Amino acid sequence: MAEGRVVGIDLGTTNSLVAYMQGDAPMVIPGVDGSNLVPSVVALDPIPVDGGRPTVTVGNSARKVLIETPERVIYSVKRLMGRGLEEVRKELHFFPFRLAEDVEEGEVPRVQLGELRFTPPEISAYVLRQLKRNAERFFGAPVTQAVITVPAYFNDAQRQATKDAGRMAGLEVLRLVNEPTAAALAYGLDRAKAGTIAVYDLGGGTFDISILKLRDGIFEVQSTNGDTHLGGDDIDNLLLSIALDEIHAEHGVDLRRHPGAVQALRKAAIDAKIKLSADESAQFDIELPNGDRYQREIPRGVFEQLIEPILERTAGPCKQALADAGITAEQIDEVVLVGGSTRIPAVRQLVDELFHLGARGKKPHTDLNPDEVVALGAAVQADILAGASKTTEQMLLLDVTPLSLGIEALGGVVARIIPRNSTIPASATEHFTTGVDGQTNVAIHVVQGERELAADCRSLARFDLKGIPPMSAGLPRIEVKFLIDADGILQVSAREQRSGKAAQIEVKPTYGLTDDQVESMILDSFDHAEEDFAARLLIEARNEAETILAAVERAPLNPAWQQLRGEEQAAIAAARDRLAQVKQGSDLNAIREATAALDQSTRRFAELMMEAAVTTAIRGKTMDAAGEELGDELTAPHPMAPAEFK
Amino acid sequence: MLKIIDSAVPVACWSCAVANNESVLFCPHCSKIQPPPGGDYFSVFGLTPRLDLDLSELEHEFHRLSRKLHPDRFARAGENEKQWSLADTALLNDAYRTLKDPIHRTEYLLKLHGAAIGEEHSGKDRKDPSRVPADLLEEVFELNMQLEEMRMARKTGEEDAALQGSLEQARSKFVGLLDDVDEDLRGQWKIWDAGDAGARATAQKTMVALLDRRRYLSNLVRDVTETLGA
Repeated sequence: MAEGRVVGIDLGTTNSLVAYMQGDAPMVIPGVDGSNLVPSVVALDPIPVDGGRPTVTVGNSARKVLIETPERVIYSVKRLMGRGLEEVRKELHFFPFRLAEDVEEGEVPRVQLGELRFTPPEISAYVLRQLKRNAERFFGAPVTQAVITVPAYFNDAQRQATKDAGRMAGLEVLRLVNEPTAAALAYGLDRAKAGTIAVYDLGGGTFDISILKLRDGIFEVQSTNGDTHLGGDDIDNLLLSIALDEIHAEHGVDLRRHPGAVQALRKAAIDAKIKLSADESAQFDIELPNGDRYQREIPRGVFEQLIEPILERTAGPCKQALADAGITAEQIDEVVLVGGSTRIPAVRQLVDELFHLGARGKKPHTDLNPDEVVALGAAVQADILAGASKTTEQMLLLDVTPLSLGIEALGGVVARIIPRNSTIPASATEHFTTGVDGQTNVAIHVVQGERELAADCRSLARFDLKGIPPMSAGLPRIEVKFLIDADGILQVSAREQRSGKAAQIEVKPTYGLTDDQVESMILDSFDHAEEDFAARLLIEARNEAETILAAVERAPLNPAWQQLRGEEQAAIAAARDRLAQVKQGSDLNAIREATAALDQSTRRFAELMMEAAVTTAIRGKTMDAAGEELGDELTAPHPMAPAEFK
Repeated sequence: MLKIIDSAVPVACWSCAVANNESVLFCPHCSKIQPPPGGDYFSVFGLTPRLDLDLSELEHEFHRLSRKLHPDRFARAGENEKQWSLADTALLNDAYRTLKDPIHRTEYLLKLHGAAIGEEHSGKDRKDPSRVPADLLEEVFELNMQLEEMRMARKTGEEDAALQGSLEQARSKFVGLLDDVDEDLRGQWKIWDAGDAGARATAQKTMVALLDRRRYLSNLVRDVTETLGA
């Protein structure tokens, strides 16, 4: 068995990262453009007129297309993972994506992307494949095994969808790890600590709180809680809808009908949010299609007032987690902050109050980059699983299931069989019988959640125990074993005890893809052959080089080019010539280095162009006009490895 | 939840074929992981069934076994060993979850010894007057009236400080009664652990009654807390 490296992947709502253990320290693997973060954005390039294969772009280059052609781009798809049709419909109020029209109740919803339709796991698979390629490019060797992180509060369906995405991307998912727990691993690595820590993880789309006990390298989760619908996106949406309403009221312009402009305004809202973490005030200053300017000062105090209701929603889960762990805030020795949204001063203030930190002379831990810490922890867990490292051989993570598992009993009430916060793997055995003479089937409904009525919980699976030997009512004794594995995913097995016959059972998830469906969605199953791996890397490197060269060739046509200084233009020309020369050879590293150098030299040009693009979109020009003016460069200067699509 | 199957049947190790007299998590001869053993939760920790347990010792043993059994240690092992690691660890976790909690532990042990422990059904049985402990009949009647009044007041948005105060008082009284039950239970543990068959039978009966009373009281406290917090 070829045992390559196991990488750790943080598949985030906003950004995704891949990391590995370099010696005894985890490290993030940068992408082609040198950036550690790959935006979780997927774009479908225009279908070639010659009928060729359409390509899918991931990351920064996809994000750039967002303003130009929002209907060909998907972001924040994590919010749709493992969700049913109704939930996705609700979710899409906040996003410009459209649901494919022919989806039926009970099917996995598909989202329209340009001319094509994709399930959320497929979209995530494209992001994962990009990360896999970044890692392969970095190691110069295939990567086939990974640890992927998920929000601790993800339910069974969301976890299964994430695992499916891994498989579609050609990755064997060795383990799903909860994000806050991964962060704790990253923090606990270099200090042999004993104590109780809380991890407060407010990311782009989800909130998690986990309380762990550390002792002799064992990280034992005591309790976890959260909200899979709470994060920085909510703050962005709030700012965005306020701005849209104000623009409508004050200038009579309904920007909601201009998807490109909405995206540009969203970007402005995000920029303002980020600025307010450092500065006392931020501004909106945007030119509207009718020539008016929307100018708005947002002092930090106003911002904090606006977002207070959102932040306040993290308090309940924190208190519940403390109660479930059976401890008080004072018994928390340390608090670790994870997720980009914890950079907001008001969030830090709230955490301080929730855990009485300042009062006890303590501060939350922020020394690891909150955007990277989860990926770093995933790399540590990957190293534990690979099992060959001195650094991690004493470490062990004992995680819990975030939600209670139950069975619908008579009258629709839930009989709880595995309580929330049980250490996983966990199991429970239940016995069922028949109610009618000769009955050969028993239907079982498994739910996840804390409510008393099954209808209020998340329906996990309905299945039939089939092939029960016909007997008098109440005589068969069917033993059903429910087992939550180390990934937090349910497995069910059953047998009829009186006849000793193993009942044939069919576990049908309420939502989710079948094995066959996942199989059919596996991306490019044929390009993994190891023998042509080096050849593939070389081809990819040449393709990257050609893409960037073509873009640079057209650059002088763009108005932004004139804003560059003479020596900047000269530097770009020199880097271009160097790349054009080494591209002919077969020295992989030389091509990569020259590509990176050219990429670096065009960075300011790319920024100037981005600014121009935002302004253009806001002015409400037609897409065609914007396209003509900008040419194709918008996607080009920082090309990620272009992904083919079959 | 109870699995007492074939615990004394000799089993041969799948790896080294040395026969073991009792089912074990690891082969004592070659140390390889084994399929989940029969036996009760106590035997997972090498304990004979008892009620008064040293929890820090239990935790220590839980960590020691976790290090050896956990699926993380078998991520690249063969399919069988992977499956056994999963099943063994689930058994270990189930056992630890049950034994570390004093009430779950007591209920589990009593069930092992054939006691019928009343199953909890969402607290609704509190309304059944035959289940109210005789010495509490009057107070529970009074309390139920107050709870009803409080819920009505909540609905109409009224604040009734006196009612609130008296409910809080009732709650602390019932919490006190709960503590008494726990104290009594701990007393019975020692009797059961040390006693002969006769003493055990008596202690068992007492504990079943105490557990019933406890369940009743904690539902009551939960109801009051929910109503006050609503």
